[in-house]
Parts: sequence; structure tokens; C-alpha cells
Amino acid sequence: MNAISLRNVDIAYGDTRVVEDLSLDVAEGECFGLVGESGSGKSTVLRAVTGLAPDWTGEISLFGQPRGKAIDRKFAALCQMVFQDPYGSLHPRQTVDAALSEPLAIHGLGGADTRVPEMMAACGLDPRFRFRLPHQLSGGQRQRVAIARALMLKPKILLLDEPTSALDVSVQAEILNLLKRLRREQKLTYILVTHDLPVVSFLCDRLAVMRQGRVVEVAPVEALRHNAMTHPYARELVEKSANRVSA
Amino acid sequence: MTAPLLEVANLRVRFPTPTGTVEVVRGVSFTLGRERLGIVGESGSGKSLTGRSILRLIRKPGEVTADRLRFEGIDLLSASEWQMRGIRGARISMVMQDPKFSLNPVMTVGEQIGEALAVHEHLPRRQIRSRVLEMLEAVQIRDPQRVFGLYPHELSGGMGQRVMIAMMLIPEPSILIADEPTSALDVSVQGEVLRLMNDLITRKGMGLIFISHDLHLVSQFCDRILVMYRGRIVEECAAGELDRATHPYTRGLIASVPRMDETRAELPVLDRSQWEQA
Repeated sequence: MNAISLRNVDIAYGDTRVVEDLSLDVAEGECFGLVGESGSGKSTVLRAVTGLAPDWTGEISLFGQPRGKAIDRKFAALCQMVFQDPYGSLHPRQTVDAALSEPLAIHGLGGADTRVPEMMAACGLDPRFRFRLPHQLSGGQRQRVAIARALMLKPKILLLDEPTSALDVSVQAEILNLLKRLRREQKLTYILVTHDLPVVSFLCDRLAVMRQGRVVEVAPVEALRHNAMTHPYARELVEKSANRVSA
Repeated sequence: MTAPLLEVANLRVRFPTPTGTVEVVRGVSFTLGRERLGIVGESGSGKSLTGRSILRLIRKPGEVTADRLRFEGIDLLSASEWQMRGIRGARISMVMQDPKFSLNPVMTVGEQIGEALAVHEHLPRRQIRSRVLEMLEAVQIRDPQRVFGLYPHELSGGMGQRVMIAMMLIPEPSILIADEPTSALDVSVQGEVLRLMNDLITRKGMGLIFISHDLHLVSQFCDRILVMYRGRIVEECAAGELDRATHPYTRGLIASVPRMDETRAELPVLDRSQWEQA
């Protein structure tokens, strides 16, 4: 069964249609990359799936269950999102402990006292960070907290919106390794939005190239590694990121 | 080669904290000619502070000392604030990371670019306007007449950064310091912005200090690279020879970047304990 399936989805912000007629299937346990320039609508797709961009038509379903437009707790427990900017996505006055316990409290689950340290350990956070505030952590540590928070409800699907583009290369490597390990350990399905193609090559199984709100090509990641994309725009994008400077 | 544009010897930047003075830049020395010099390092390695201290933009209580900090024969450390104003913008200028935060939101693009000219050169207004339009065209903005009257929030990221570059290059400085000029931009726009900067720099024979954490980018774009770690330069090499770098930090940094044809199951992570004592 497909973990995520989108059928003829149009997404709009007010009068502007941002994504048009998008259909995608992501298999369970797969990591699917969504790439494209800014403004191509790739983040918007994730926002529609989580319910942050409610103005869509078409069909979005997870594990065969169609998604409604209202806030849905069951849905939230199944599918969580990690945002680009770890500086902006954590509450500045909430300790790590509070941020990680909140999803459990909302869903009326207990056991925060054991689950929080467990999850911190799984995400490579030292236990002494538990009662610290975001400003006392580095960027990479904050992103680990954001990932840990997303995993507190044991979701099956993680939506990653540029999870490493605000981080240094050396820290990026740590977070990418973490994501790869968590996916293996917890059998997660990822959709990864990024404009960094080498990251897709490292983490993903398949990718879709988006341009102006449409998917122009879906290909296995081998096509990216061996420069065997077929659509001219996809080739152009690969070319550009392989060789950014030479004219 | 002729005398270098900029000489820096034993540059140190310190900040007092409640628990004692912290030295963030610890004895950096380099010279810059008419070339493209890249400074690479992680956040907190002191690369941006090095750039800023050249323009004396470090505020109190931060403290900058150096054995030598000379630009075209002027000692930047002992220059008066009045002299510095003549240098900043006119002879050494700086492009910042994010155009969103470094453009004045209540001034039109044209006024902002023109301001640099109006301050440093006394020209009639009409001439300033035509120079600004020329410059906007030089940074490949399609409709300069229209963009001239726009406010920064009406620009896209790539356009904003081009406006920044236009603003910094219009007084024709001898040195351009670019602090992560493309980090906030898309890959596809990055290329364009860099090419543009490169063209303008080579045409006018400027010196460039390019500060970035992106090793690949720097190795493609610059002539010479300084690698900074913890406030020190740990390695200096020609851009083409980066793959022959010897310092474990540089090697670790190179290895941790995923490649387009990535097949490694796990990316190597920097083991800081190896060279921490050094």
C-alpha cells in the first residue's frame, strides 16, 4: 500500500494557484525527494499534506485513508513535519522537555517521563539538555530537538522541509546520518523537500522535480547519480547544481 | 606582483564576557592582492568577524588588535572615524548574507543605490540616476526603470541580492568583502549571482574576500582559500588543490559533504577531539 498518495491536487493561496494537478505516490518505507527552485511549490505540497495550506482540491490520502481538511488528531499522530529553520520552529520560552512532552499531552498520552529521555537519546541529544531553552542550544542541536518532537507520537510518515539547509556542512552530515538511521530503526516514510540535490542523492530512493507548480519528472535516484534524467529542465537543474559557477 | 591591497598580520578580536575575555579571532594573518580569496569555516570559526574587523565594524565592547592592518598604505586601526567613513563603501565594501535584512525597507531601490554615490562622489542628480540605471543593467536586472522605483519587499531574493551587489559596486571599490552572498539563494540563482560578481570583479580589477561555509562553492569560485577553525587559519591552499588538503579539519569538512553520485551509507562526521589540542 502507498503511504502517501496525492491525486489531481491543486493548491491555492487566496487567488493564486501554486500547485496544479499534482499526482504522487510514495510507497511505505520509501524516502521521496521533492526538488525544484524557490517558488516551484514544493514546500506547499508538504503544507497541504499536514493541513497548513487548507485551500486545496483533489484527493490526499495516507495509507488509503483520505485526508479531510479539518484538524485531525489521528492524522497528526501518523504524519509529522520538520521545518527548515530550527531557530524559528521551537518556542523560545519552552524547554526541550516541554517541547517534547507537549505532543503527548495534546494526545492524552502519558509516560512523558520515560519517553522524553528515550527520544532524546534516539536523536543523539545528551540528557543534560533536557531542561535547556532553545537559545542555549546550537543550530544542529535545535534541529535534533525538532526531529525528536516530530517523532514523539511515533508517526509513520515524516515530512522534511529543507531540514539541513540552515546548518553548516559538518552539522548537516550529522543530521543526515541521524535521519537515515531513524528511518531504518523506526521504519519511517519520508518526503524530503530540498534544493540541494546531493542531499537527495544521499538520502532518497526516488525524486520528483517540480517547476512552476507542476511535477516535470519522477525518477529513481540512480538517474540523478548518473545524470540520466530525461526532462530538459531536470537536466538543467542537475547541471546547475553540479557546476554552479563556471559559465 | 605589486604591493598587496590589504595586509593583515596577527589580527585578534576579543569580547569580554562575565566569565572572562573570549578571543574569537586568534592571530589571523593574510594578504590580499587583486585576486579572489575565499575564507571557509563553520559557524563560530571567526570568518565573518575577520571580514567585519577589516571595515572596523566591530562595536564596543568588542576589541580588535593587530600587528598590522593596512589597506593601500592606510593603517585601518589608527584611522579616524572620519577617514573610515571615506573608506567604507567607497573603497572597501561589503555584501551581506541576506538582502531582506540589509536593505532599507522604506527607501526605493534606486534611492538606495544612488545614496552610495551621492555620499562619496558629488554628482548632479540626473547623472546619479543614469549611473544607477546603468548599474542595474550591469547586474542583469531586466527592467531597470521599473526596478528603480520598487521597494525591497517587492523584490525576490535573487533580485534583492543583485541590488545589494549593484549598491556595493557602484562606487567602484578596490576590495569587495562578500559574507555568504549566496547562502540565502536558490542553486539556480546562486550561479547567476556569482557569475555576475565574477565578471564585475575581473573587469574592474578588484580584490575579493569571499566568506562562506560552502567548500565546493569556494573551491570553484576563488583563486586561493583560507580554512578557518576556532579563530585560526588552519590551512591555506590554492583553490584547485583543495583535494590535496592536509589538515584533518579540512579533510573532514570535505568528506562530510554529500556528493551528487552519493553511495556511502553514512557520511563521515568530524571528530573534533583529534586536533582540538593543537
